[in-house]
Amino acid sequence: MNKRIEIKVCTGIGGVAAGGEEVFSAFRDALSSAGIEAAYGERCSAHRVGCKGFCARDVLVDIVINGDKTTYQYVKPEMVDRIIREHIVDGNPVADWVVGDDYEQYYEKQQRVVLSGCGEADPEDIDIYLKNGGFDALRKALVEIAPEEIIATVKNSYLRGRGGAGFPAGLKWERSFRIKSDVKYVVCNGDEGDPGTFKDRALMEGEPYAIIEGMIICAKAVGSHSGYIYSRGAYTSSVRHLQTAIDKCYKKGLLGRDILGAGFDFDLRLFKSAGAFVCGEATALLHTIEGKRGMPTPKFWSAAEKGLWDMPTVVNNVETFASIPGIILKGASWYKNLGIENNGGTKVFALTGKVKNTGLIEVRFGTSLREIIFDIGGGIEGGRRFKAIHIGGPSGGCMSEESLDIEIDYEQIASAGAIMGSGGLIVLDENDCIVNTAKFFLEFTQAESCGKCTPCRVGTKRMLEIMERITAGEGREGDIELLEELGHYIKATSLCGLGMTAPNPVLSTIRYFRHEYEAHVQGKKCPAAVCKSLITFTILEDICKGCGSCKRVCPADAIRGIRKIPHRIDPGLCIKCGSCFEVCKFKAILKA
Amino acid sequence: MKERNNIEETLQDMMNSSAKERENIISVFQSIQETFGYIPEKAVNLVSIRLSVPASRLFSIITFFPQFHLKPTGENIITVCRGAACHVKGSERLLNRILIELGIPPSEDTTEDFKFTVEKVNCVGACSMSPVVLINNEVCGKMTFNTLKKKIGKIRSGE
Repeated sequence: MNKRIEIKVCTGIGGVAAGGEEVFSAFRDALSSAGIEAAYGERCSAHRVGCKGFCARDVLVDIVINGDKTTYQYVKPEMVDRIIREHIVDGNPVADWVVGDDYEQYYEKQQRVVLSGCGEADPEDIDIYLKNGGFDALRKALVEIAPEEIIATVKNSYLRGRGGAGFPAGLKWERSFRIKSDVKYVVCNGDEGDPGTFKDRALMEGEPYAIIEGMIICAKAVGSHSGYIYSRGAYTSSVRHLQTAIDKCYKKGLLGRDILGAGFDFDLRLFKSAGAFVCGEATALLHTIEGKRGMPTPKFWSAAEKGLWDMPTVVNNVETFASIPGIILKGASWYKNLGIENNGGTKVFALTGKVKNTGLIEVRFGTSLREIIFDIGGGIEGGRRFKAIHIGGPSGGCMSEESLDIEIDYEQIASAGAIMGSGGLIVLDENDCIVNTAKFFLEFTQAESCGKCTPCRVGTKRMLEIMERITAGEGREGDIELLEELGHYIKATSLCGLGMTAPNPVLSTIRYFRHEYEAHVQGKKCPAAVCKSLITFTILEDICKGCGSCKRVCPADAIRGIRKIPHRIDPGLCIKCGSCFEVCKFKAILKA
Repeated sequence: MKERNNIEETLQDMMNSSAKERENIISVFQSIQETFGYIPEKAVNLVSIRLSVPASRLFSIITFFPQFHLKPTGENIITVCRGAACHVKGSERLLNRILIELGIPPSEDTTEDFKFTVEKVNCVGACSMSPVVLINNEVCGKMTFNTLKKKIGKIRSGE
């Protein structure tokens, strides 16, 4: 018996939330138990791997026997024994728990380039990365090709900044390259702080070496010898994996002096920020590293010319750097051809909200939103109707059904009123209130506004007040127009990207869902029955059995009734918490 | 959490071990907060002297970042994710009900007995498991108020 068995447990953030660590320890304990240990010894090993993508099915476990992969879904610690007994010992996979055909469909329309290693190997193990061709691109960049050629390759690949704005990465590098300076910096922006996005975190946790490799290549190209990875201290596992990766690179001579014996020096440090959304903006981010308040400053120069401590600094997103090794290794035209004109390669998204298959996805540019939602995402949960898709987090916008044929492309998305942003796709269904969602994003940007420039500080506050008024049923005639006017001024006059994009969620929802705003303002109704002040709860007396469950959960004692006789809600006492609605087994409570 | 009279001693050690560069201000405060659970005013003054940076500037940095606390926090930290996906799945209600359950008055975040602090976070990145709550940094997905109440009860009874 000389089977080689690998057990890979997803411990990406989704996996951990579903109990991945417990599943991993269950496997490890089971493996070290006497019988298995004796029979298989070192040939059977359990590994933690990064995000496998299909987070809705977590915890996902791959069992690879001599290269043959079987994937289990929804694994719980108590399932581990049976998997080991039947699959590993007897060689018969536990058919009930193995993923079905829909698992394949999820990946069918995806093209995993940046994510190719994520979820396949132990992200902290540098030897596996090296074995799979890691750092080959770095060797090529350091030894075989000149900096000019690296820059030309990146330019010709049409790789655009994956942080949201989509500035061509090659151009940025070229600017920095052209400036003569002994000190230059390379900074990786991993300050992902938008609600609803986790793709950078998944990469930092799942593929830290690819990011580091991309950064060293960039440093070589522009002539920098010092760099920072900027991540949030609160993201403990990203920070831990990155730090381990940096330490191991130093040990292997991949960072520090004379990298790979090619005479190039590069030092990389991890900077743990204290978390503020505005710090994702390049100037604010650089000020934080300098030990100042994370406030943006006017961009008279681009950071590539005058950045950290006034030195030329290339700031790129995590995903941008992680794309670099592949481009250098396989060439510009390979990457460019993955995408469409002016948009090379692939884009990683965090697909969340009301779709069946939530998770981390990577698609080619040119894939339509419809394909993403219905083919990859598997459609809407519970057979409800699709209402809108929100792209790009608090800086992005909502799109309605009629724009579902828009393709993933920086320009097409911008012309539809959203931005690519950092890659959050949130799907909303008929039960979600568009106005409330827009208010939620505005609340976020208003709270995160650093307060430096007036349009953003005061403007977002005024807009939020109007939104609050509308959702509270006190909307006035002309409010919608006022929102539009304010929004345009804020966009035109704010200092940094935060302010310039803050009105997007409101403006785009007005554009596509004006009727819902009108229903709130004029009809004083919330069509999706979400906005508290605009809904009432009533008990349908012909359905109510008088079981009393609603009475017991009501925190305001607003429900009265005698057992087995229909109950009633006192509208004066009801705080509209919705507890009764959730608990009623007979669907006797009407929310409208 | 360390005793109060130890603050100065611990700080001295901490300052000696971390380099005295201005770029370390944020990491210095991060380790102070890790040790004490919050940033004591004493500590700010001490850092100010050590780094020759006015205390006002330090306060401006501390108050800028939501991660830093100037007031003592509870023994257990419950962090409710307020990301978009969690919002869509009802995190706002979850947050309100925890605050009511723990009896935390408006505009406060800590219980009177310093057992619990309730915080918000913009997104923990486990959107597919929404709504998400972190209990002492342990990620708990698909959270309902009842499960959370049970977990809080367990912590209360000292498990």
